[in-house]
Parts: sequence; C-alpha cells; structure tokens
Amino acid sequence: MLAFILRRLVQAMIVMITVALIAFMLFQYVGDPVTFLLGQDVTPEESRALRAALGLDQPFVVQFWHFLANAAQGEFGFSLRQGVKVSTLIAERFPATIELALVAALLALVIGVPMGVYAALRRGSFLSQVFMTISLLGVSLPTFLIGILLILVFAVQLGWFPSFGRGEVVSIGGWTTGLLTAKGWHHITLPAVTLAIFQLTLIMRLVRAEMLEVLRTDYIKFARARGLTDRAVHFGHALKNTLVPVITITGLQLGGLIAFAIITETVFQWPGMGLLFIQAVNFADIPVMAAYLCLIALIFVVINLSVDLLYFVVDPRLRVDRAGGH
Amino acid sequence: MSLLRVEHLVVEFPGRRGTLRALDQVSFDIAPGEILGVVGESGAGKSLTGAAIIGLLEPPGHIAGGEIHLEGRRIDNLPPEQMRRIRGRKIGAIFQDPLTSLNPLYSIGRMLVETIMTHLPVSAAEARQRAIRLLKDTGIAAAAERIDHYPHQFSGGMRQRVVIALALAAEPQLIVADEPTTALDVSIQAQIIALLKRLCKERGAAVMLITHDMGVIAETCDRVAVMYAGRIAEIGPVHEIINQPAHPYTRGLMACIPDMTQERDLLHQIDGAMPRLTAIPPGCAFNPRCEQVFERCRQERPELLAAGPTRAACWLHASGGGEP
Amino acid sequence: MIAALRHWLDSDIGYSFRSSPTALVAALIALVCGIAALFAPWVAPHNPFDLVTLELANARLPPAWYAEGSKTFLLGTDDQGRDILSAVIYGARISLAVGLASVVLSVVVGVTLGLLAGYLGGWIDAFLMRLCDVMLSFPAILVALLIAGVGRAMFSNAHETLAFGVLILSITLTGWVQYARTVRGSTLVERNKEYVQAARVTGVSSLRIMRRHVLPNVLGPVLVLATIHVATAIITEATLSFLGVGAPPTSPSLGTLIRIGNDYLFSGEWWITIFPGVMLVLIALSVNLLGDWLRDALNPRLR
Repeated sequence: MLAFILRRLVQAMIVMITVALIAFMLFQYVGDPVTFLLGQDVTPEESRALRAALGLDQPFVVQFWHFLANAAQGEFGFSLRQGVKVSTLIAERFPATIELALVAALLALVIGVPMGVYAALRRGSFLSQVFMTISLLGVSLPTFLIGILLILVFAVQLGWFPSFGRGEVVSIGGWTTGLLTAKGWHHITLPAVTLAIFQLTLIMRLVRAEMLEVLRTDYIKFARARGLTDRAVHFGHALKNTLVPVITITGLQLGGLIAFAIITETVFQWPGMGLLFIQAVNFADIPVMAAYLCLIALIFVVINLSVDLLYFVVDPRLRVDRAGGH
Repeated sequence: MSLLRVEHLVVEFPGRRGTLRALDQVSFDIAPGEILGVVGESGAGKSLTGAAIIGLLEPPGHIAGGEIHLEGRRIDNLPPEQMRRIRGRKIGAIFQDPLTSLNPLYSIGRMLVETIMTHLPVSAAEARQRAIRLLKDTGIAAAAERIDHYPHQFSGGMRQRVVIALALAAEPQLIVADEPTTALDVSIQAQIIALLKRLCKERGAAVMLITHDMGVIAETCDRVAVMYAGRIAEIGPVHEIINQPAHPYTRGLMACIPDMTQERDLLHQIDGAMPRLTAIPPGCAFNPRCEQVFERCRQERPELLAAGPTRAACWLHASGGGEP
Repeated sequence: MIAALRHWLDSDIGYSFRSSPTALVAALIALVCGIAALFAPWVAPHNPFDLVTLELANARLPPAWYAEGSKTFLLGTDDQGRDILSAVIYGARISLAVGLASVVLSVVVGVTLGLLAGYLGGWIDAFLMRLCDVMLSFPAILVALLIAGVGRAMFSNAHETLAFGVLILSITLTGWVQYARTVRGSTLVERNKEYVQAARVTGVSSLRIMRRHVLPNVLGPVLVLATIHVATAIITEATLSFLGVGAPPTSPSLGTLIRIGNDYLFSGEWWITIFPGVMLVLIALSVNLLGDWLRDALNPRLR
C-alpha cells in the first residue's frame, strides 16, 4: 500500500511539474511580459533593464526554478488587467467557486445515484425510460443553455430567484460564505442546479451502467441462488460493487465541476475563479491564467489522491493481505 | 416418494427469428440423498435444466411447459418471493467458477451469516458459530480466523470449498452443482468432488451433478441422465449406463472415454456435431449422426422407452422391435 | 466468410434501425438539420450577412405569430434587424462544420496514435498512454478553453480563418484521446492473435498488417465514439463561442448567436437567444440518440 501511495505521489508530482511548465511557457512565449508592462514604444535600454530586473535574461532552467519556487508560495505576480496581486484575486474568488461546486456535487449525487439505481433495477419500466430520456436531454443540453433557460423561466418570467451574484455573504476568517444567509442560498440555487444537472445525468447513467454490469456477474447470480432477498442482493451486494467505480468517477467529476463552474459563473455572473479565468482568457491576462491553471491542477491532483485513498477503504482487495497468501 | 420430480419440462427463448426451444420435454426425478449425474455436450441443456429448477432462468428464457415438483409440491409456478425462500433453504446451488461466484467486497463470514440468517431463525452469534463449523467441515483450516477473510485471500480450490459451504449453509435437501470442478486444477478436482459427496451424504442431501466429465460421473453418481439437444437421450443407473448403454448416442459417448485396460490406437469419435437449436431435425434429434438410423427415427420422436435396466429415447427399444 | 458476416451484420443493424422509432426520428432530424446547414444559402430566407439588406427598422422584431411580428421574419430579428431563422441556419452550418472537422481530425490523430501505441508498444506506448492519462484527468472544456485562450493571446488580431483553426485545434487536441485508448486496446488484442503473428513471421510489413488486419476490427467502436463525439464537439464549440473564445462575431456559430442574444434576455427578447439554443439542442440530441442507438445495435449484450 505504501508503495502504491508513493507511486501515486510521484505521478502527482509529475503532473504538477508538467502543468507548471506549461504555465511557465505561457509566461515565456505567449506575449512578451516586457511589452505588457511597458507598452509598445520602449527603448532597448529600458527593455534590457527591466529584463534583468525581472530575471528574464537568466537561463531557462534558472527561470523555471524561480517560477516554481514562487508558484509554490502562491506567488504569480500581478494581474496585467487589474494590476492587483494574482494571489489576492484568487483568494477572493476561491470560496465562491468551491461553495458552488460542493452544493452542485451534493445535489448531483443525492439525486443521481438513486435515479441510476432505479433505472438499472426497473429496466424497461416507464419511469426508467423517462429517466433515460431526461439524462440524454441533460447530456445534449450545454450547461450554459441550461443556465439561460433557468434564468429565463425562474428569474425573468417568474421572478422567483435572482440571476446574478452571490447575494449576502458572511466572512469567517477570510473565507466568505453565502451558505449562512437565506439570501446566499437564494442566490446559489439557480447556479447550483445548472451546474448539477449535467453531472447528475452523468452520475445517473454511470450508476445505471455499472449496476447493470454488476447484476450480470456470477456472484450476484450466486447470491440469488442462495435465496437472499432482493433487498440484500440489490442494495447490499450489487450497490456496494457498483459504488466502487462510481466513487472514482464522481471524485473526478468534482474536479470537472470546478472547471464547468467557468461556464456557470459566466452565465450567472457568479464572482468565482471561473469568471476570473474567463475574463483573463478574453484579455490575455497571462499571470491570472497561469495561476488558475496551477491551482486547478493542484485541486485535481488532491482529488485524485483522495479518490485513490478512498479505494482502500472500500475495496478489501487493495488492503494489505492479512492472511499472507492462501 | 422422490425429492425432485421434473415432468415434461419445456424451456423456450423467444427471439425475433422465432422461439427457440432450449429444453424439450425433459423428465426425470431425484430420490432423497441420491446423486444424479447429468452429462452431455455443451449446449445440450444441462445448465438450463439446473437454472430452471432453481428458478433462475435468464430472461427472456422461461418455462413454457411441464412441471417441477419438490417434495410433492409444485414449484415451477410459484411467485418469486416464495421461490426465493426455497432457493438456498431447500435447493442449494454451486456454480462453475469459484473465482467469480464470491462477492469480492464481502468477507466470507458475512456471506455465510447472511445466508444462514435469511433462512434459519438463529441469532447473529449462532449464525457465526454455524458458519465457522461449516468452514471446518469443508476442510478450511483455522476456520475461526479465516471467516473474516475476503475471497481474494483464498486459492481457487479453497474458494470452491467456501462456495460449497455457502450452498449448504441453510441445510438444503438438494444441491444443484453446475460443473463444480471445471474451472479448477485437475489435482484439486477430485478433492472437491469427494468433499461434495461426503458432505451431502452426511446431511442426506441429494445432488444434481451437472458435468461433462464421465470420470466424475462414474466415481460419484448413483444414476445418470444423458442429454442431447435439449432432450434426455437416456437415463439409468450409473453402472448400466457406462457398461451397457442402450442409446446409440450414449454408446458413442462412452466409447469416447479412453480405456486404460484396452490397447487402442485411436479414440472413438462421433461424426458430425450436435444440431443447433434452430435446426433440430424432425424425429429423433440424433438421427443424422446415428449409425443405426432407420425410417421411423426421421419421422417420429421417441419417448423414453424401457431398454433393459435403463430407459432410452430410441426406437431401437420400441416394444416388438422397431428395426425393419 | 467475411462477406457473409458483413451481410449478416448489415441486415441485423438494418433491422435494429427499422425497428427503433427513436433512431428513425433522430436520423430524420439530423438529416433535416444537416441538409439545411449544407444548403444554407438556398434554404435560408435571407442572407443575414448581407449588410445592405439589414434595416434597423426591422430590429428586435418578435416571431411572426406575435402581433408585432412580421411574416418576412418567421422567428423574429435581432438587434441589427437580422432574420433569426436565417442566422440560425447559417449558424448551424458553422457549428456543424467546426464539429465535424474536429471529429474527423480527432479520429485521424487518435486512431493513428492508438495503432502505433498498441502495435509498436515500448516507450512510444508508455509515453502516449501517460499523455492520455494526464489529458483525461482534466475536463476537455478546460483544456480547450486554455488552448483557445492561448491561441487568442498569441495571435491577438488574427484573421478569421486562423480563429477557426485554433477553435478546431482546441477541440481536436482534447478529443483524440478516447480514440487512441480504444484503438490501442483493440490493437493489443488483435496483435497477439495467431493470424497477425503468422503475417508477421512471413514478413508482411507492419504498416500493411495494421491496415489490413487490425484497422477493420477497431472501426466499430470508433464509429460509435465518433457519432457521440460529433454531439460533444458541437456542444464544446458552442460553449467556447458562448464564452467568447470561439467563432468570431463576424461568422457567428450557434454558440455566438446565443451569446449575443443573452444580452437581450432581460429586456424580453427571448427569441434572439432561444432559437439558436433550440437548434443546438436539436442537433446535439438527435446525434446523441443516433450514437446511443448505434452503440446498442453494435453491442446487443447491453440491451
């Protein structure tokens, strides 16, 4: 097990360094930072002085090392567009995105798993067909369109929910949360539902497919042959085995949610990292893009590692073989 | 009274190219404590017969005719919930592959206790004691310790012992064992068969042993049913089936077994192949391959006819002699 | 033998198609959308890009069934007086073109790399699969966004063609992975079969073996993947365009149209954004349905 975790850690390191390298290359080769900082009309002397000051005249490896060292401390320089420290910008936006993603993930899981189980167990029933049709619709409906539709119906026509912003937020030790105020929940409803729908359909389809696969296995047949109740077979044996792969995908989906939040945040003007990123992309604000990229990669790596560790809890085959052989 | 009686069982698979009749008028019975071997080529309907008896035919397969009686009670038309109570409690089942028969995420103790408590009115502690005893009986050393282990911690042979323990957990009177040793090493096969035989004898349980291994049949069974193309070709006491088979197919099958006492250069083989279910010839299903075929075989389907000590579905044994 | 098998497959697939009303309807919708897009200049009632015909007096007209609507503009007009129906048809043309181009490129790249990885093995295989792992651990939309964003940063005042190039490239670079993986898996299986081994021993070139023996066996799954990928690619394109890093406003795809219309949602002109959205969903849904049906038809076990 230790070896497995070590291997995973090494893999995670490689991914992080690769992403950091990409981010670094963005800095280096996409647009000249000197031009960004000083404008087009600049004398060669000024340019050279700034280059030296920024360390841009040093060898590639040295520069990359500096970049890594800075990045490790969350230091990505200043936003080209807003002139504010990137780390400050991100820290401001981080809680909004995390809260949105978590609420959406919870929604997707709580609704998606039971729907998938039902669709697998009552295959061919009317409700299952309805679920499958909905899921196909969910896969075919782009997230931004879902958001627009929800705004049109619930914000513009009915006026039930607000369509932009976080509403009232409370700050607890630097973490701003909207989940402690009624207004905050009121504001998060539409974005969270929007973000959840696509994941929900994915989870539902995944659970259904895995469950059907598991229901075909010999051990389920043998469990039935032993006369176990349908309840024990479906919700004990089958569900437990279904959830093993579902855990991985759902874990990875959490990362997906944070990425998809870019779209949702744009539609609902949700002041999170996604909105920050898309604005950075539109204005070619490289430091913000690079920082976002590294942060997202870090979140993904952490999620992947957690999922791997969860596996040990769920699947006895991966635990240390206590019997020591046969 | 027989423990299990199967009468004119018909199993069909509806498909869009017409309905396939996978079992056709299969009839046999099993006495309490008896071991009935069921042999035949793959696709002859052996496993389907077993699945039909335990009520676990894979849809769209279904029983389209005939009856199955257990201890005199008809069970083929029971509602699912009642049939479930019979599975495990009255009829145990053992499948081919012990590697895939056990849930990898459940400890074997959990599976045993779960099975015992589903069928018997015992406490959890009692069920666990029973489970440990069962494991001991199946020859698993340090059962009290190993009960909490997971399937992957056991070897293939050991896992099949666990499967047998699970099948016997609620003390059924009949075990349907579908190729219980096919997936195992040859060296372990004999042990498992001997174990199964001993445990069932001790508990007075009857066994329906599905296999294509004539050696296993010869050593283990009291009677044998030979299946061909979804029908029973011949049924009778094991000694007679082996030594004086009455059906030409059985004769061919027996000739395929290498005989250590006789010097022979070539093994016998039956020409041709078993017909597919879509193309079973009229009359006797074996007639295209039969060396003694005559006109009646191509037109009329033979019932099981008395043929000395066995009964064979063959016109050669029609009273008054069928041969022209 | 192969001909007989193919015939059987054809008839089976054919039967499955004929007996599935969903597949029929989906095929019909996809066909109508496809033809309308292909022949847009002839099908569309107006040319939405012909600035001469645009009149501000016609701006923001509601669909024809409203009292203020006009029969000339069946689905209403946008803020510049462009006919929505025509804009949607032209937009679908661009969306479909970008989607199909990305899928074709993805298939070519993915299948080639998958064949190479599976057949040659060794470090090429190891490297490509690692790359796939990394790619797959990030959502496609994020990678595409990044590439599109970088593309914009590098060629800030780029020509329209280049913008589309970057767009297609960004979708392709995220799409090839699934093909590479599938093809590699099947190739590994095929490679170890006796007939391929025999062909190798008799000195048939690797390229020939891959083309003649391995490729035909992996086409089924690739076809299913590609069908569903068309829907995904179109949605990705629309999303990128909606976020402002996709098709330029001068040649608006469906996503661009939705982005433009989104600004008018609150002033009540819902049709500017909803009709392109409906078209997008119609295309994506019908293609997804076809893909689903195809997967089930090729793999009856799943039914």
